[in-house]
Amino acid sequence: MNSVHDMGGMDGFGPVRPEPNEPPFHAQWEGRVLALQRAMGYAGGWTIDQSRASLEAMDPIVYLSSSYYKKWLIALEHRIRARGLVDADELAAGRSLRAGKKLDRKYSLTNVAAMKRGEFARPATAEPRFAPGDRVRTRNLNPHTHTRLPRYARDKSGTVEAIRGCHVYPDSAAIGAGENPQWLYTVAFPARELWGDDADPSITISIEAFEPYLKPA
Amino acid sequence: MTAHPDHDHDQGSELGEMQLRVRALETILTEKGYVEPAVLDRIVEAFETRIGPRIGGRIVARAWSDPEFKRRLLEDATAAVNSEGHSSPVGSHLIAVENTPDVHNMVVCTLCSCYPWEVLGLPPVWYKSAPYRSRAVRDPKGVLAEFGVTLPPETAIRVWDSTAETRFMVLPMRPDGTGGWSAEQLAVLVTRDSMVGTGLALPASEAVR
Repeated sequence: MNSVHDMGGMDGFGPVRPEPNEPPFHAQWEGRVLALQRAMGYAGGWTIDQSRASLEAMDPIVYLSSSYYKKWLIALEHRIRARGLVDADELAAGRSLRAGKKLDRKYSLTNVAAMKRGEFARPATAEPRFAPGDRVRTRNLNPHTHTRLPRYARDKSGTVEAIRGCHVYPDSAAIGAGENPQWLYTVAFPARELWGDDADPSITISIEAFEPYLKPA
Repeated sequence: MTAHPDHDHDQGSELGEMQLRVRALETILTEKGYVEPAVLDRIVEAFETRIGPRIGGRIVARAWSDPEFKRRLLEDATAAVNSEGHSSPVGSHLIAVENTPDVHNMVVCTLCSCYPWEVLGLPPVWYKSAPYRSRAVRDPKGVLAEFGVTLPPETAIRVWDSTAETRFMVLPMRPDGTGGWSAEQLAVLVTRDSMVGTGLALPASEAVR
């Protein structure tokens, strides 16, 4: 999806402003949003790619003008409504107006103690098409749905540096089309390939590219 | 609200509004039996107290002190870190990339906010902000300058855009003058930013030995 979330290479956002001694959360509600997102994602059984797709589908003006955790809140409210877990009148009333749906799972203290990232590697059904050292070109893909191929790295020539395994394919998982596992590669590009001849020749940029994003150069 | 940089933020009265809105959502989800407030408390607490860059700092210090651990870390960071028995387990696909005099590594997620939170904690606001996400891949030297970092001209820059579920942490260069230091002493020199690649490890003079 060619939305404002795909920020690599854009101008106009100003300087980076590091904050000394930054706290984990800047307000109490930010921590609650993080916790709700984690617990509801588990209970509702939606995937990280579906969560990202919800964020990317947001009105671009809202996306750019909302804080990080406010975006998460908006996306969470959207997703629980879309799943029929909560109704709009309940969000407006600020309380539950009818019984909850029966869910298979609930995030518990045991989940907190064992909290770690999910496992995204899957058994491969075919050999990887590319090997480290191979020259590849990214495809010029512009799906209206979720993808992890950033715009700045489309239709560019690069070199495969590493095979990272066969992983859940976000482009499929985000639209409910199954995990459709694909080989994942680190592909490196000279800055000049991405940004033109004026770019600094001492800079290299890599992306993590799924096999359907690539063709032989 | 607490002090906050003047970007990517909520304005004044919105704090009250957000606080109320989130509280209402939590109430609804609790009444419906989907979540338990006590569990939410523990998730927040884990990120406020347990999961943070001190974990990464210990890993880096160990790699500086133990060549065999460093070799395993660069080969398979998830396996190497989990073999250390840190307070929290690390999921798959963690990758450590080594800074040398020849190359300086820097990590970004241009599409969202992917970050190795299991070893560094939650990403800082700047990491998730539009300025960093837009410029890290195009003008990394300019971004480094905003962090006060200037690299020798002979050092190449490598930017890792975290566009999949692989997660990157930078193994910064060990500061000069730290020969014979223990891993505990070295860990004090390892900043969060040095493990994202927007900083360097602190010089030996910064530590109280």
